[in-house]
Amino acid sequence: MNSNNNILIKTVITKNIGKINPNSIDDYINAGGYKALQKAVKMTGVQIVDQVKASNLKGRGGAGFPTGIKMEAVLNTDVTPKYLVCNADEGEPGNFKDKLLLENDPHQMLEGIIIAAVALNIQKGYIYIRGEYNKAIEIINLAIEQATKKGFVGKNICSTNFSLDLEVRSGAGAYICGEEFALIESIEGKSGRPRNKPPFPTVSGVNSKPTLINNVETFSVLPFIINEGGKVYAEIGTATSSGTKLISLSGNVKNPGVYEVPFGVTVGQVIEQLGGGVPNNLKIKMVQLGGASGPIIPPSMLDIKLDYKEMADLGISMGSGAIIVIDERFEMFDIIKKIMNFFRHESCGKCTPCREGNRQILKLISKIDNGTATIKDLKLLETLCSVMVSTSFCGLGQAAPTAVITTLKYFTEEYANKIKDYSLQSKSV
Amino acid sequence: MRKGIIALFIVIFLTIYHKKIKLREETFTMQLLQVIEKHGRTPEDLLNILLEYQDTVKTNYLSEQDIKLVATELNIPENKVYSTISFYSLFSTTPRGKYIIQVCSDVPCYVNNSVNIVNELEAMLNIKMGQTTSDGLFTLEFTSCIGCCDIAPAIRIGKELYGNMNKENLQKIISEYRRKK
Repeated sequence: MNSNNNILIKTVITKNIGKINPNSIDDYINAGGYKALQKAVKMTGVQIVDQVKASNLKGRGGAGFPTGIKMEAVLNTDVTPKYLVCNADEGEPGNFKDKLLLENDPHQMLEGIIIAAVALNIQKGYIYIRGEYNKAIEIINLAIEQATKKGFVGKNICSTNFSLDLEVRSGAGAYICGEEFALIESIEGKSGRPRNKPPFPTVSGVNSKPTLINNVETFSVLPFIINEGGKVYAEIGTATSSGTKLISLSGNVKNPGVYEVPFGVTVGQVIEQLGGGVPNNLKIKMVQLGGASGPIIPPSMLDIKLDYKEMADLGISMGSGAIIVIDERFEMFDIIKKIMNFFRHESCGKCTPCREGNRQILKLISKIDNGTATIKDLKLLETLCSVMVSTSFCGLGQAAPTAVITTLKYFTEEYANKIKDYSLQSKSV
Repeated sequence: MRKGIIALFIVIFLTIYHKKIKLREETFTMQLLQVIEKHGRTPEDLLNILLEYQDTVKTNYLSEQDIKLVATELNIPENKVYSTISFYSLFSTTPRGKYIIQVCSDVPCYVNNSVNIVNELEAMLNIKMGQTTSDGLFTLEFTSCIGCCDIAPAIRIGKELYGNMNKENLQKIISEYRRKK
């Protein structure tokens, strides 16, 4: 459109968005689709995994584990049958990038799934889509049907000996099911509660068999990597984070939406250049990265780069790529209460630190907010957060207090203003 | 004499009513059995069965009788079916309206005035969050993020998502649903 958009990339996984009819497999094929699969069926599993490793692709669901290493682990096991799971249970508040891919380019994701299945010789795959995404469920079901007719799914894929049966599973409204083991439990028809790790899903996943589980965005990158080569993908982005990332930009910005950007751009660039800044000339009060489980940073930190390592060095993470902008009209404690209320509701209740911790944090935050808290409550809040981080059973409880921890660090004043004996006591504590 | 006639009417009425209820229960049972037949009887089919069946129930919930039937058919304990239902927020064990209106309660919608949407809906429907309208048409609920942050504030009615909500388009949408009935 204009020079402002020069940080936008439209050639990797968003290249077809808005250009093809998601309900037409022919549209996808005419745009060069399923070429990567044709190429992949002529490659060995090791060759495919090597390309993914060369790309340095990291899991786009939030944890950022190297995809090639995960695939290698499932490739090298002798245990059969093996399973594949596509995690489309996008439920982290502020994230809607998987919805964009599912609804606008379903075959790209399917092609990625089939390539992975062929590489690792997997014959059964599940696509677990959250129950609220009815439109996506319909589109993916249709896409599987079309791909089966063309011989890309089912028996003898592309006239080879590979077979793959794909099934869509619908979630039923539980955020925890985005956690890989909770998701696997849900696929098995149970309440979605996480399992102990290790063993990891690559060793013991669906039906206690080796399982490759990846996010929608991760699978959607695979066709590009096979077509262009892992090295080409690795050249995009930074040395420590290769490729592009879909950013879900929301909150108080002029142009919210999903944007594909190379790693290395700053959070501020995304907000200003792509989002058009905050409406009505208001100032940014704070920005939450990743979603409800992500850190809240002040405007002074907006020059931070989207990069796994640079962010990890600062003790924060971008999660699955949400950027939520909150302007000066809003009270910090109201936002934190919303976030903690979310986790109180979504905690699965399996472990005590998470089940009770979220409740207690919410209570303490309310106490601080209404001005009745003392320095003792603040210390208790800090202890509670660190206990949850170190003792919660799964990622949900470990990440739930992130908003509190980061605001304690970056918005100390807001807390100090609400606690009467803060300045007196804090010196002695 | 008059008392006798009234008593007779009551008896006739109760018999018809009872039969009607029984008939309704039987059609529900048939419907549930059909759904089970379609998905299969292994424990891993449980979620799909419950989701699809609840959709066919006008009052959008799963009754005690449904739970018992599913447990027997799939050969799993009743309490496991119940615990699964109570775990997932898309299920309900109490009757709800025909159309469930869910308002997103998370931060991206909150900073785009979802509070106003809640107030508007409560006023329009004359119920509070969590309640069902007396005509059984609408139930108001909160929901966690529904992935519509770019069109916040967003709501979900039944299976449809609506974004960029304000008083005007809310009124339009609600009256459309009222017309549909």
